[in-house]
Amino acid sequence: MPILEYLSYGFIQRAIITGAFISVLCSTLGVLLVLRRLSLIGDGLAHVTFGSVALGLLFGVYPIYISLPVVMASSLGILKLMERARIFGDAAIGILSAIGIAGGVMIASLAGGFNVDLFSYLFGNILSISIQEVYTSIVLSLIVLTVIVFNYHDIFSITFDEEFAKAGGVNTQKLNTMIVLFTAITVVLTMKVVGIMLTSALLIFPAVTAFQIARSFKNALLMAGAVALASVVIGIFLSLFFNLPTGASIVIVNAAFFGVAFIFKHTLRSGHD
Amino acid sequence: MPVKLVNIENLSYRYNSIDVLSDISCDIVAGEYIGLVGPNGSGKSTLIKLMLGLLVPTSGSVKLFGHPPAAMKYRERIGYLPQKMNFFNPYFPSTVKEIVSLGLVSKKKFPKRIGDSDEATIDRTLEMLNIADIKDKAIGDLSGGQQQRVFIARALVNDPELLLLDEPTTALDPETRENFFEILRRLNRDKKVTVVLVTHDTGTIGKYASKLLYIDKEIVFFGDFDEFCMSGDMTKFFGPSSQHLICHRHGMNILTVKQRPNND
Repeated sequence: MPILEYLSYGFIQRAIITGAFISVLCSTLGVLLVLRRLSLIGDGLAHVTFGSVALGLLFGVYPIYISLPVVMASSLGILKLMERARIFGDAAIGILSAIGIAGGVMIASLAGGFNVDLFSYLFGNILSISIQEVYTSIVLSLIVLTVIVFNYHDIFSITFDEEFAKAGGVNTQKLNTMIVLFTAITVVLTMKVVGIMLTSALLIFPAVTAFQIARSFKNALLMAGAVALASVVIGIFLSLFFNLPTGASIVIVNAAFFGVAFIFKHTLRSGHD
Repeated sequence: MPVKLVNIENLSYRYNSIDVLSDISCDIVAGEYIGLVGPNGSGKSTLIKLMLGLLVPTSGSVKLFGHPPAAMKYRERIGYLPQKMNFFNPYFPSTVKEIVSLGLVSKKKFPKRIGDSDEATIDRTLEMLNIADIKDKAIGDLSGGQQQRVFIARALVNDPELLLLDEPTTALDPETRENFFEILRRLNRDKKVTVVLVTHDTGTIGKYASKLLYIDKEIVFFGDFDEFCMSGDMTKFFGPSSQHLICHRHGMNILTVKQRPNND
């Protein structure tokens, strides 16, 4: 089936539009998180999402309505654990992640009967996205990206050197809170694109791919966005052409971009040497 | 009447039940050039962070330009170089220009933008530190000395009234270090910029600074170099050789003006 014919289908249009917004959102936050050595916060929050989806299914509430507040609260919990309990970010993420998974498994076991539904959230299905989910994704993505653009210099400052930023009067606590809350929203939105298991890939891959080539912070953000966008579009069509799972296809394309960038960088470097 | 830029009264700071600083009281007056020295773990960096409001004192108070640090609005009046820049992420994708521009963020109003005049300011600062040619290079591609000059440029770009520099000459070669000290001297002399310079280099600081603040969890000495050099208490504290070393670089040969103690 030719690409144009695929594009005439509403479900494919919805998948591409939603995927585009969410992928750019993921890549932008991914750059900030990877540089601050908080790459695995996406993974941790995704595990909390698993628990909250199980909770939603248990009470018969649309899971995203439960997941958004629970995951946002958990993201603040990670931040507080890092600040107050004097533990490193990876340990704080590990604590919340374990609670999320254990809670989810326990709820699923106690309730029974919704294992198939839970499985669909674990691996996502971007092709089944509803029009409401498209609008939710667009609105939330635009809000988050607009806030990031308008606070670009402050965010760059705390990402590079938080102590200097604070000394210069940047409200670092507010920005840190904002970034983890945005990450929580993004993780919940991404659940439908690639599923809970692969959410962190959309945050990490575009960023680390961009870091292989980008020389400036601005270019890193732009390149990460371009890689994320291309991965989603190529991944969707790859899955349609070869009848593959869409979420996994998107992640594999992301991994391929990273491999190419890695080889390009090292070939270029050895050429210079 | 001298203008107090920093006013510290009975300042103490405890961390994990350990006294890091005890009962520090001193004023930093506009136009001074203070060498802040002391052994490892003496609380030098902590004192700088308390001045900036990055840490909250256990007791006592700090006033920065007459205000508590948290309420101090005009942060562009301060230039700061943190010590930990020696440990920054070298793979951070950022150009020299981008990093130096961060020094201008504090005086910008929302939405903060870097305009043409800011670009010219950045260029001037880079030229002053002889690093204009690496403006578009990635920070990770530079040598340790070049990186340190970039961070110094970030502290100076805002044309600050008060410079708080925490071991700024680490990783600089002798020639670059001399050049940097000369820049500080000119800023202090010509533009009346107040300088607080944290250093381990007690042998060199006397050559540049007008006052010495020696701390070891508490103030051991705070005053003019001449006063330090003539102080018998300081001779007892440091030993005559160390005191002589500091004062010799300051331009005063104390061994010729003071009677050498018997134990020397």
